[in-house]
Amino acid sequence: MASWKSWAETATISAAALLATLALFGGFVALRGLRPLDVYAALFTGAFGSWFAIEETLTQSAPLMLTALCTALPARAGLLVIGGEGALVVGGLATVLAGVLLVDAPAPLAVIAMGAAGALAGGAWIGAAGALRHRRGVNETISTLLLNYIAIAVMNHLVTGPIRDYAQVLKPASWSIAEGFRIGDIPGTGIHWGLAVGVAAALLAYGLMRHTTFGFAVDILGGNVRAARMAGLPIGRMILTTCFMGGAAAGLAGTIEVAAVHGFASSSLAVGYGYTGILAAFLARQHPLAVAVVAILLGGISASGGLLQRRFGLPDAATLVLRGLLFVAVLAASTLYGRGRVFRRAA
Amino acid sequence: MVTDLGGWGVLIAVVGGAIRVSTPYLYVSLGETLTEKSGRVNLGLEGTLVMGAMSAYAVAYLTGSPWLGVLVAGCAGAGLGLLHAAVCNLPRVNDVAVGIALFLLGTGLAFSLGKPFIQPVAPRLPSVALGAWSAYPQIRAALEINALFVAGVVLAALMRWALAHTRWGLIVRTVGDNEDAARALGRSVDLVRTLSTAVGGFLAGLGGSFLSLYYPGTWNEALSSGQGLMAIALVIFARWNPVRCFWVSLLFGGATALGPALQSVGFTSNYYLYGAAPYVLTLVLLVWSSSPTRVLAGAPSELSISR
Amino acid sequence: MNESSLTRRQVLRASGGLTGAAALSALLPGLEARAAAKPMTVGFIYVGPKNDYGWNQAHAVAARKIAQLEGVKLIEQENVPETIEVEKVMEGMIRQDGAGVIFPTSFGYWPHILKLARKYPDVLFVHIGALWKEGDPKNTIGYRGYMEEPHYLCGVAAGHASKTGKIGFIGSKPVYFIFNNANGFILGARSVNPSLTCHVVLTGDWNNPVREAEVTQSLIDQGVDVIVANVDSAKVVIENAERRGIMSCGYHTDLSELAPKGFLTGAEWNWAAGAQFVKAWQTGGPYPNLLRGGFRLDMVALSPFGRAVPETVRATILKSRQAFTDDSLKLYRGPLKDNEGNVVLTAGQVIANDDNKFKLAVNFLVEGAIGKTGLKK
Repeated sequence: MASWKSWAETATISAAALLATLALFGGFVALRGLRPLDVYAALFTGAFGSWFAIEETLTQSAPLMLTALCTALPARAGLLVIGGEGALVVGGLATVLAGVLLVDAPAPLAVIAMGAAGALAGGAWIGAAGALRHRRGVNETISTLLLNYIAIAVMNHLVTGPIRDYAQVLKPASWSIAEGFRIGDIPGTGIHWGLAVGVAAALLAYGLMRHTTFGFAVDILGGNVRAARMAGLPIGRMILTTCFMGGAAAGLAGTIEVAAVHGFASSSLAVGYGYTGILAAFLARQHPLAVAVVAILLGGISASGGLLQRRFGLPDAATLVLRGLLFVAVLAASTLYGRGRVFRRAA
Repeated sequence: MVTDLGGWGVLIAVVGGAIRVSTPYLYVSLGETLTEKSGRVNLGLEGTLVMGAMSAYAVAYLTGSPWLGVLVAGCAGAGLGLLHAAVCNLPRVNDVAVGIALFLLGTGLAFSLGKPFIQPVAPRLPSVALGAWSAYPQIRAALEINALFVAGVVLAALMRWALAHTRWGLIVRTVGDNEDAARALGRSVDLVRTLSTAVGGFLAGLGGSFLSLYYPGTWNEALSSGQGLMAIALVIFARWNPVRCFWVSLLFGGATALGPALQSVGFTSNYYLYGAAPYVLTLVLLVWSSSPTRVLAGAPSELSISR
Repeated sequence: MNESSLTRRQVLRASGGLTGAAALSALLPGLEARAAAKPMTVGFIYVGPKNDYGWNQAHAVAARKIAQLEGVKLIEQENVPETIEVEKVMEGMIRQDGAGVIFPTSFGYWPHILKLARKYPDVLFVHIGALWKEGDPKNTIGYRGYMEEPHYLCGVAAGHASKTGKIGFIGSKPVYFIFNNANGFILGARSVNPSLTCHVVLTGDWNNPVREAEVTQSLIDQGVDVIVANVDSAKVVIENAERRGIMSCGYHTDLSELAPKGFLTGAEWNWAAGAQFVKAWQTGGPYPNLLRGGFRLDMVALSPFGRAVPETVRATILKSRQAFTDDSLKLYRGPLKDNEGNVVLTAGQVIANDDNKFKLAVNFLVEGAIGKTGLKK
């Protein structure tokens, strides 16, 4: 149960990390002869300074919310899963297959089936890693890392061969799903419904993890494996479930990429949403709701990257530097938790 | 006079490719082996590799000396290693997460600073023609070895010996296997890990310099396709044994070269699947040799990923 | 090596060529209309880094020239992938920076261009592919040189230079212009040596230096002694070829410096027409929606010859180049078979050099090619 003191602690330390990041990034841009304040202003403008910018920020944040859950959910059980990228890709592939197989079905059914396919595929992918961990002791960080590469290789193989749509001359791509199955935009905005899926998933995860017995059990497992064992908790099932749910979330991100953004599967599925999701999970300290907020912040950084390039001639990799600095700062700052006397609960 | 070697050409290409492509794998895996032996896992070596490649190329171009570039690459790698160690030494910080953070940061810095160096041509590292005896140019090319490859082989043997038979090796292993025992002996766990990570980073930086100053011999943002992360898998595959790292590097290098080699004789399909082969191999090995009750044979017990 | 020296070389070549005068006079009407030019922000979008010594650099050079036009402000963004992201970038340029002309310089941007062109009819979109057809928005232009022509000339050089009778073509993705260029290369080489074969290998990416290097090595191991690479930056391939002592041809820009011993010649772009489009948009003048041309319209160029090309061969090649300029030499003419034995053109059939429809539909490799397109027919 989080008291206002622990919220205040989180807020203060996060703010400190954010300020440290901005200061370091300011140094980075100053070395290139730019004024840090100008760059900060552009960062804000590019992320939140206009409706166009906000739309872009939110669009970028949608897949991040989901891939972050792929790391955050198993993390609560004490596992470190970094397989969001692979799960997304696998989910996207399953979505295409479902959409094409059900080409004659009514649209609402097809959309649900595609979502289910994506979630199942992603869930199975990470769930397999969880099973390997429980049954064979295979470290899930390594196995999900390897599964990422395997997923991408399989995807590339499929979209350049077996499920390729040869009519698409411009780049190797899979068969497209029917126009009618495409997920559209939230009315009145230029943002697709994927955002709603991301927010809903975060809310669901929050409810599950913080307000159910299952969630409490997972917390115990994450805190101390031996205690969980002694309490007779079904560890294997919990590991499998959290991995499956995390993978399902990332798989849904794949569904959205296919159904809302591209309309087909291609190498554009593997653009790093999985890895940025890991970052979001850590920034949010594995808390499902905070994940949504952090995803928006990271989405904002991605959205403003173009403006930084065009206005200041900063290289596109500058946002990578910013994200790296942010991650390092947050990790370094995480050591401060529990240190500040003012935040300690009364003894 | 060039003769058509047909199928033999594929084999020679794979052998040559194994030697060529394995060197960065070798250095990164040796560096990671040392780091992990001390009980830390550094996933940021991909960023270190890229940073090493960029700095080596830049320095070689600016000063005209490729070997100076190699040295600077190592130092850049050591710097990132020190940063990794500094953050990980703080209490309760997860080293896997720090590794990913440094992967992002290292890659971002390398790309940002490396923009002016994509176009220019930097002097290249010299090679030794081990195949000069052959009448076939293909064999001569396959056996053209770089000094870094030779140094890497020597280093692998040296590391194996040092870890097993010297006092420093024992200290590193103790810190990696049993923190408390090391402390009881009066050793600073943090210091040992810091030094191991720094040296590991230095080696990874050297591996990067090979990529840009020898083969493929250019600086380009697509230079590393995950070789740094692959090396993490490699270390596990090799069971934290430096000499085995050498052989596994050759294996993975050969696998990487297999696809293009087959393509050039007309087998044009499935090249993505060949690319996945090393990962599948590692996963299979991992599944086969892991056990839910015991730590992986050879794994340092304090390593967060072997728990 | 800096960009200004490349610019100078481009300009020198354009004005020194036989059709240089034609190019200059094409620019003159625009100069007269200078008084009516309104300020214009021009945006360039690159799929890779600007100074990659290849595809993107060729466009960056053109961008610098356009930036010098009156009233033009240049904004650029690089490393933009060929996905929906480019739509966001284009919209950002339009809505945040007020761009009036946009040059998205990568082939795969086209469907995204069409979408935005309909949304922003006051902005001109100039694409470097040849996919424009009737019915597409009027504020889009497709323009691309016929690279197969200089590739033919490179093939002639390769045919004369190859001692093994084996040459190599490294391509990126299985798209029509890659096949046309490969065919041009092979047809040119076989016009010199009819029994010559060409290994055709596709890497699958616009830019993948490790794979390109490996493919180069394995092709050379197969006995290939002349290589050309149709990837975003042929630097890696040419450097590796030079190290192994074989010859190479360049692509996109002048790469002769990279291979002092083995460079033959290369196929280069001349994107100067882009400036015309900007001027037309500024002044409200007319512009073509589809502009394709080879040597005749001075939209492609040949790199300077390397040391390995003897005078006699140079003369032959220049004569063929003149034949392209006069349109007396046709690339695709019957009888022509593809490398799977099918008849493409019967004896007497000739395809015009500017038959864009035929070229867009090329999904085969001509006889003499060892390799597959990977496309289903």
